[in-house]
Amino acid sequence: MTRKLTNAQIAWRAAQDIADGAYVNLGIGFPEMVAKFQPPGRQAVFHTENGVLGFGEAPPAGQEDWDLINAGKKAITLKPGAAFFHHADSFAMVRGGHLDVAILGAYQVAQNGDLANWSTGPKGVPAVGGAMDLVHGAKRVAVITDHVTKDGKPKLLEACTLPLTGVGCVTRVYTSLAVVDIEGGRFVLREKLPAISLDDLQAVTGARLHLDGAVGDLVVPEL
Amino acid sequence: MDKRIPNLAEAIAGIPDGATVMIGGFGGSGAPIELIHALIDRYLATGSPRDLTVINNNAGNGHVGIAAMIEQGMVRKMVCSFPRSADPRVFTEKYLAGEIALELVPQGTLAERIRAGGAGIPAFYTPTSYGTDLARGKPVAEFDGRPYVQERWLKADVALIKAELGDHYGNLTYRMAARNFSPLMAMAAARTIAQVTRAVAPGGIDPEHVVTPGIFVSGIVEVANPAQEEALNRADAAYPPARPQEVQA
Repeated sequence: MTRKLTNAQIAWRAAQDIADGAYVNLGIGFPEMVAKFQPPGRQAVFHTENGVLGFGEAPPAGQEDWDLINAGKKAITLKPGAAFFHHADSFAMVRGGHLDVAILGAYQVAQNGDLANWSTGPKGVPAVGGAMDLVHGAKRVAVITDHVTKDGKPKLLEACTLPLTGVGCVTRVYTSLAVVDIEGGRFVLREKLPAISLDDLQAVTGARLHLDGAVGDLVVPEL
Repeated sequence: MDKRIPNLAEAIAGIPDGATVMIGGFGGSGAPIELIHALIDRYLATGSPRDLTVINNNAGNGHVGIAAMIEQGMVRKMVCSFPRSADPRVFTEKYLAGEIALELVPQGTLAERIRAGGAGIPAFYTPTSYGTDLARGKPVAEFDGRPYVQERWLKADVALIKAELGDHYGNLTYRMAARNFSPLMAMAAARTIAQVTRAVAPGGIDPEHVVTPGIFVSGIVEVANPAQEEALNRADAAYPPARPQEVQA
């Protein structure tokens, strides 16, 4: 089997598509890694739901200020030019179309852009946070994810089987094997790892991969 | 015209059984720990207030603040977006035992419902949650070709919030990301009590810097050096400090 990309490499690839000056929200967890891989010379402004634009890296241990956290409740620092605002303004930025990109994790993505990333079913305590808001309003809603689940099942599907976070909201998926756009209700393959064949990629994808022009090589540095 | 309240006990007096209480904060950031603990003191001394509906982004962490209110049995229902935390045991156990109700609301919808409550807007339409389980039973309408879900305002009897500076008129500033829901809750509650790290005379806050104008605030109580929920949890704190003994089999 082809060596798939690590999470860091998937995050690196997603970071290459973020323009200088873009306003970006990164989902909690794995998507937060995208911030580390901004190409030289480009600086995005990161938004966090709890009311900060323009935050930077985590502070050194022991220097946390717990009034200064991100949506994942981790301590952050501020960059020059940062801004604070209340929660209604924060989600106005989200739903009002003011963010350029939101990059989120996923349990499943469907070929029509439906996303399931908040609930694996009715067991336990349900918790949604800002997931259902973030999928609406950003000019681009991208997903970064392993191409398959831990037990090898496809995550890119004809239709999601898990509870939906949003309908028809995802525009691009960066996986451990490929870069796939969602256009007109179908998956369009843009890049794939050079070592994997089209047939092998299709075999681990739960919906038809369409071609629209040449498929690029997904080439990512060792990280 | 002086909204200063001399102490925490007076600040939380008069909150009745069955009240809906908005509590500011996102996780520990902005949580009015001293106001919450004063409310717990009153409950332990008098049995009131109980059967509260609490509106907050979360449902408590560890054994302090909102988690301690839930642990003491004061809370009938939580309205929140994310009832999980680093240590969510108190809420989780009560929820799974059917002893506390939960209204789960997407975070941006929660913020806007509170804002609408404060702004006199009974309902609004949002794209959030359309086509999901959380939109079940809610009216849907199309605007410019896109479907939106109708959501209703949220109001409260009381809001308990934490601010940085507060003057005698109730004008408030906040500290960094501790602002979060508090300016919205101040608008949406019939009575808003702010604990402020420093009370200043009128003129002590530049009008250009006021975040919550005093019209939204009923009273301020000064709590210098307020506790931070995250710091309390990292120190394994509980409230009241001697945690009730667990029943031994």
